[in-house]
Amino acid sequence: MSFPLLTVTAVVPAVGAVLTAAVPAARRTAAKWLALLFSLATLALAVLVAVRFEPGGARYQLTESHAWIPDFGVRYELGVDGIGVALIALTALLIPFVIAAGWHDADPLETNSSRWRPTQGFFALILLVEAMVVISFEATDVFLFYVFFEAMLIPMYFLIGGFGDRAHSGSDENAAAQRSYAAVKFLLYNLAGGLIMLAAVIGLYVVAGNFSLQEITAARAAGTLDMATNTERLLFLGFFFAFAVKAPLWPLHTWLPNAMGESTAPVAVLITAVVDKVGTFAMLRFCLGLFPDASKWATPVILVLALISIVYGALLAVGQRDIKRLVAYASISHFGFIILGIFAMTSQGQSGATLYMVNHGLSTAALMLVAGFLISRRGSRLIADYGGVQKVAPVLAGTFLIGGLATLSLPGLAPFVSEFLVLVGTYARYPVVGIIATVGIVLAALYTLVLYQRTMTGPVKEEVRAMPDLHLREMLVVAPLIALLIGLGVYPKVLTDIVNPAVEYTMSDVKRTDPKPEVAVEAVPAKNGEAAK
Amino acid sequence: MSTLTAAHGLSALAAAAPADRIPAPHIEYAQLAPTLIVVGAAVLGVLVEAFVPRRSRYHVQVFLAVAALAAAFAAVVGLAAGGYASDKARIAAMGAIAVDGPALFLQGTILLASVVAVLTFAERRLDPAAHGNRVDSFAAQAASVPGSESEKAAVKAGFTTTEVFPLALFAIAGMLVFPAANDLLTLFVALEVFSLPLYLLCAVARRQRLMSQEAAVKYFLLGAFSSAFLLFGIALLYGYAGSVSYAVIADVVDGTVQTVDPALADTMGNDALLLIGGALILTGLLFKVGAVPFHMWTPDVYQGAPTPVTGFMAAATKVAAFGALLRLLYVVLPGLRWDWRPVMWGVAIVTMLAGAVIAVTQTDVKRLLAYSSIAHAGFILAGVIATSAQGIQSVLFYLAAYSFVTIGAFAVVTLVRDAGGEATHLSKWAGLGRRSPLTAAVFAVFLLAFAGIPLTSGFAGKFAVFKAAAEGGAGALVVVGVISSAIAAFFYIRVIVLMFFSEPKADGPTVAVPSPLTMTTIAVGVAVTLVLGLAPQYFLDLAGQASTFVR
Repeated sequence: MSFPLLTVTAVVPAVGAVLTAAVPAARRTAAKWLALLFSLATLALAVLVAVRFEPGGARYQLTESHAWIPDFGVRYELGVDGIGVALIALTALLIPFVIAAGWHDADPLETNSSRWRPTQGFFALILLVEAMVVISFEATDVFLFYVFFEAMLIPMYFLIGGFGDRAHSGSDENAAAQRSYAAVKFLLYNLAGGLIMLAAVIGLYVVAGNFSLQEITAARAAGTLDMATNTERLLFLGFFFAFAVKAPLWPLHTWLPNAMGESTAPVAVLITAVVDKVGTFAMLRFCLGLFPDASKWATPVILVLALISIVYGALLAVGQRDIKRLVAYASISHFGFIILGIFAMTSQGQSGATLYMVNHGLSTAALMLVAGFLISRRGSRLIADYGGVQKVAPVLAGTFLIGGLATLSLPGLAPFVSEFLVLVGTYARYPVVGIIATVGIVLAALYTLVLYQRTMTGPVKEEVRAMPDLHLREMLVVAPLIALLIGLGVYPKVLTDIVNPAVEYTMSDVKRTDPKPEVAVEAVPAKNGEAAK
Repeated sequence: MSTLTAAHGLSALAAAAPADRIPAPHIEYAQLAPTLIVVGAAVLGVLVEAFVPRRSRYHVQVFLAVAALAAAFAAVVGLAAGGYASDKARIAAMGAIAVDGPALFLQGTILLASVVAVLTFAERRLDPAAHGNRVDSFAAQAASVPGSESEKAAVKAGFTTTEVFPLALFAIAGMLVFPAANDLLTLFVALEVFSLPLYLLCAVARRQRLMSQEAAVKYFLLGAFSSAFLLFGIALLYGYAGSVSYAVIADVVDGTVQTVDPALADTMGNDALLLIGGALILTGLLFKVGAVPFHMWTPDVYQGAPTPVTGFMAAATKVAAFGALLRLLYVVLPGLRWDWRPVMWGVAIVTMLAGAVIAVTQTDVKRLLAYSSIAHAGFILAGVIATSAQGIQSVLFYLAAYSFVTIGAFAVVTLVRDAGGEATHLSKWAGLGRRSPLTAAVFAVFLLAFAGIPLTSGFAGKFAVFKAAAEGGAGALVVVGVISSAIAAFFYIRVIVLMFFSEPKADGPTVAVPSPLTMTTIAVGVAVTLVLGLAPQYFLDLAGQASTFVR
């Protein structure tokens, strides 16, 4: 038996979580370094996964398969396609930054209690989330995926509710109440989505008799597994609902601004850049793979919802007074683009959506972490409390600007490539939708630049006059992210090479081919009769 | 003189009758060993109360109880290993008791749950010592009026109610027979044998004795009520079938018995009797299960009873009652499936929803767990309705998983205390996670298992019953199930919020450091919860092998 690389990639952060949690209360710093070490080890393993993965090879690689619960028809089945590899890499890459950025976020305020160990808990929970996210990206058994898709809510919930942003307006008690409200809202939305999915998972078992993604997809393609049209649609809706809550898609998005606003900046990054990606990833892998016909049936409605997300999220972002909520609404707009790309059902759209997931992770991480540094300096999340920061903290302002420009998809930075691909892919099949979606880009420019202008330019406000610039740890967090944004913007081929074959498989799942460019269609039949069919 | 003659005449009459007219019953003692061991220990326990000096009674009783339960469990394992759970399954004791897979599985579950529950009965380190004597959760002298001089004297003298151990053993013995009962009379006798000691156990709390006694009276009245339903139903079914034996009734229902008992010629085979009788018996059993609309006693009794008793009752009674319900529906009334399934559908839906919705408004931990147990009864009913081997398997598994979570959760409740005893009001649990992270974390594990979060036994169980229900064509039931799970999740999560995200109150409760007894109970609860969540296959196999009723 070959080395179970995928299992190890998921187990290492889990082990790290256990060890970090076990560090004695007084050795806080040791716990932080331990967590960082394990996250770096996971990153190394993720790189190994990417290296061992052959883009031209089989659809699912590095597969592992063991019996787990035969009575439920459940196997422990792992395997990655290009999309999974990209997202595992993104996750493993971001966690060290999340840990480094949150270095002091969970230091106890008072040191009198010897048994209360918030710091250890904070970093252990982050690693636990990482382990569960990684295994969700790897699972090719629907049940296995579901288990971790649901289970990751619990550590996330404690991260949101237990470790709030210390920069809040109002009393401590009020902040605690808002924080626990945000955590409960997060959990209930996602749990409700997950439980509806559970009904669909059981329904899938009754119809298919097992949970293996590969077997079911193959049987569907070969026509040996028939689902009644209505059954397939209901099951699709059950799955899609859960993923749409997680992603989040309008109108199921309302938990995200609360959760991101109340949690610390690193946790906000964890939510939007890492955990939410499981939702969009699962749409590609499970919704399209298991229920191709129903996916096509639902496409018009989903496209409309995605469009609403894009425009509505951007409009609300423009109106926000709170920096973190602004980023949250911007994310909702971006998730709209991702979902648009997935359901446009063109290879460009889906490649674009996958790249978008990675790039959105990077750009949001950059913007949000810098915003977190800014907020921790002034102790306020309100945009109105800032002004003229670029004069006192130029490095901070500069990195903030790059993060912002990445969010608005400036050409040359990575998100441009993906947004362009999504729009092109959408336009090819649904021109009107593509045109409306571009409104999102215009609004993105508006909310980012206005945010920058209000906080960074203008006269220096009294409260920010003594604001220190980024120090070494913070620069170490931001610099690699910016380097990656620029690198992937100039040379996206490293990602597209891995992702494209996987997208081709997904397209064949739903039996869709790209619409031919209209100009070419006229020219082709004259030259070559073969291409016409 | 005349009496003597009469007696003489009577004996002459008996002697005159041929010996083979009244055969001595043939009893398979070995196959009934689990029950017999427990009954024997209970009787011994009563003798211990009478003859062993007061100061050593506690130790003798605890040892006796645990040893008897362990021996009985060993007997169950022996029987199962001997093939009585599968191919050698049979009906013993002249048709009164079934020795088959479901019976043995449920008896094993009841015995294991009882062992850990009895350990919490024996806990004596939670309350501060009174007058130099260690005290447990039970009243010094149950007979003395609360607050009276006699009570004070009893406390001062260091009396303890060690009778709880034989009482619990009697209850356990009844519970062992209940799911194995193979005729209606045995069913009724078993019901009374386990109910009466439970009524008493509910009344003997050391703290808040009035509430405890009130709970016992309520439980007794409603329990007597349900017994009456059951008995009336038995009478009607006897009228219908001419027998109380499960096998005969099932045959009459199926129409395979044609000979009519001349004494019952007017009523036999009358469907009205069958339907009404069946419904009344079901009512009696649903009472014990705590299904809506027969659930009214649950919150009051769970709240008032001493917490160790609550945990024991919530786990073991539910296992026994569901076992009896399963046997009745699958062995006696399968021919009536199309009549009872719609009704049970309704009961399951109402139970799931009402349990979950009412629990949301609760402010007392014990009442909250009571309503949660009602919701769980609804989930289990969804598996019962499946009418398939998978249905039985899933219910057996769910019951095993649920009992340990329940006992563990109530054991944690006994630890959180303030000056008035256990601090069960939820507001007092605020910030518990800050004061004692470990206790709060353990309780959180149990709550997550109740909520059915993956990687806990609660999820595996819920998945099993919902899968069985869906395969049995009850898709709508599954949808209602997940909706009520979502509602239920809300209040479990609320407790976790309270424990971890609220600031501790200045006059909050303290967490008592228990003796190894309660620690064992809680540790077993956590271990079972995680093992059944991560690797349920072995236990599913076990339940699957045990899912055939002998007829």
